[in-house]
Amino acid sequence: MIEIAENKCDFCGCCVGVCPVNCIEVKEADIRIEHEICIDCDICVYVCPIEVLSQIEPNKSTTVAAA
Amino acid sequence: MWKEQKEFDCIVVGGGPAGSTFARVAAEGGLSVLLLEKDRDIGVPVRCAEAISDAGLRIFHEPNPRWIASKINRIKMVAPDETVVEFGLVETGYILDRRIFDYDLAQYAAQEGAQIVTKAYVDGLIIKDDKVAGVKGIHLGERFEKKAKIVVGADGVESRVGRWAGLQTHLKLKDMESGIQKTVAGIEVTENMFEFYLSKKWAPGGYLWVFPKGKNKANIGLGISGYYAKNGKAAHKFLDEFIHWKYPQASVLTTVVGGIPVGKTVKQMVADGLMLVGDAAHTCNPLTGGGITPGMRSGLLAAETAIKALQRGGPTRENLFSYEKEWHKIGGKNHERFYRIKESLYKLNDDDLNNIARTIVAIPEKNRTLMKLFSAAVREKPSLILDVARVFAGI
Repeated sequence: MIEIAENKCDFCGCCVGVCPVNCIEVKEADIRIEHEICIDCDICVYVCPIEVLSQIEPNKSTTVAAA
Repeated sequence: MWKEQKEFDCIVVGGGPAGSTFARVAAEGGLSVLLLEKDRDIGVPVRCAEAISDAGLRIFHEPNPRWIASKINRIKMVAPDETVVEFGLVETGYILDRRIFDYDLAQYAAQEGAQIVTKAYVDGLIIKDDKVAGVKGIHLGERFEKKAKIVVGADGVESRVGRWAGLQTHLKLKDMESGIQKTVAGIEVTENMFEFYLSKKWAPGGYLWVFPKGKNKANIGLGISGYYAKNGKAAHKFLDEFIHWKYPQASVLTTVVGGIPVGKTVKQMVADGLMLVGDAAHTCNPLTGGGITPGMRSGLLAAETAIKALQRGGPTRENLFSYEKEWHKIGGKNHERFYRIKESLYKLNDDDLNNIARTIVAIPEKNRTLMKLFSAAVREKPSLILDVARVFAGI
């Protein structure tokens, strides 16, 4: 499961732009993940410039469509 | 007032240069336009390195001194071994103050009759008979629904508008630059010079920039390819290391992060009742990441198409398609070329870059040009040399 360090987030939406299943929502000062839609591909984790997102169950990572 | 009005010709989601340009041109053409911006202010936060060419800006507006923090006529490229290549720019460039620039662009749209609302967050589309027919959202805690003949997604790299309409707009990891920038003061920079640092150690799969904003201030930032970000070192660590090494005395006035879409333009820029412009359509130059001019151009072309479509036949996909066609005609070929050059450049290792820098340094400065530099950089791939030549010849 992806965990968000909310107080670190700058709400830039970089993670939203790469999410293949459109499960992240970023508002002016609010970020949310719909965990039931998330496929744990971890692409958002990699792309975040300031390490706001992290995978807290590393074994679940699927890393599809990474290329 | 927008609150009472239930229906508009066009609703634009996002108040950056692409959205504001669309709104201005569409309103000028007699359409009723509502522009919804999710943030508190137009123009803030500035998620941009703020560079633009004089020629690019002039397509749309006479450069206004209010917008310009620095005028640039030289370029400096720093290779991994710190070999420096400098040359004059044929074309003048500017570092803008986007807070003022974006604000003015929105004002121009308002002067033409567009209605602009901030703190209005769009969280879904109204779909009727499989066609986009409006937006749903929230403004200061109150839900709203507004109908529109055309919804324009100008909602940036984080765009969801297209996806809600079924368009594939998410970027592959390798086509997203993970970016961070600090506007720093208390340093010395050359006021008229773009500085680029190219190395896997500074910005793998991207570059680091130092763009002056006056004599003692600069935007220092970088983008690293999402592909390299996989290695566990995030963009902010690269930037902190660079600033610590190069400008240890710097004071940080602003920190912004953001993604730079350096992929190809989205496959479909339009659907029934929907158009995508700017970063939402990946109109950025994939090599430089420069997005202000292409964003504004897409806004202009989309608005011209929207006006015509609403005059005859309505906002069907077929009628809106001429925007997509026009986009590819004007910038599309170069966009693809820049993408190929980018793909090739980012494969170079640091030794290659050092060799290229030394080759260029050996050329007398008056003969150095950006085109020669890129040609040297892609000389292993003759087909790309042609791409470089065509890009610079403007064919």
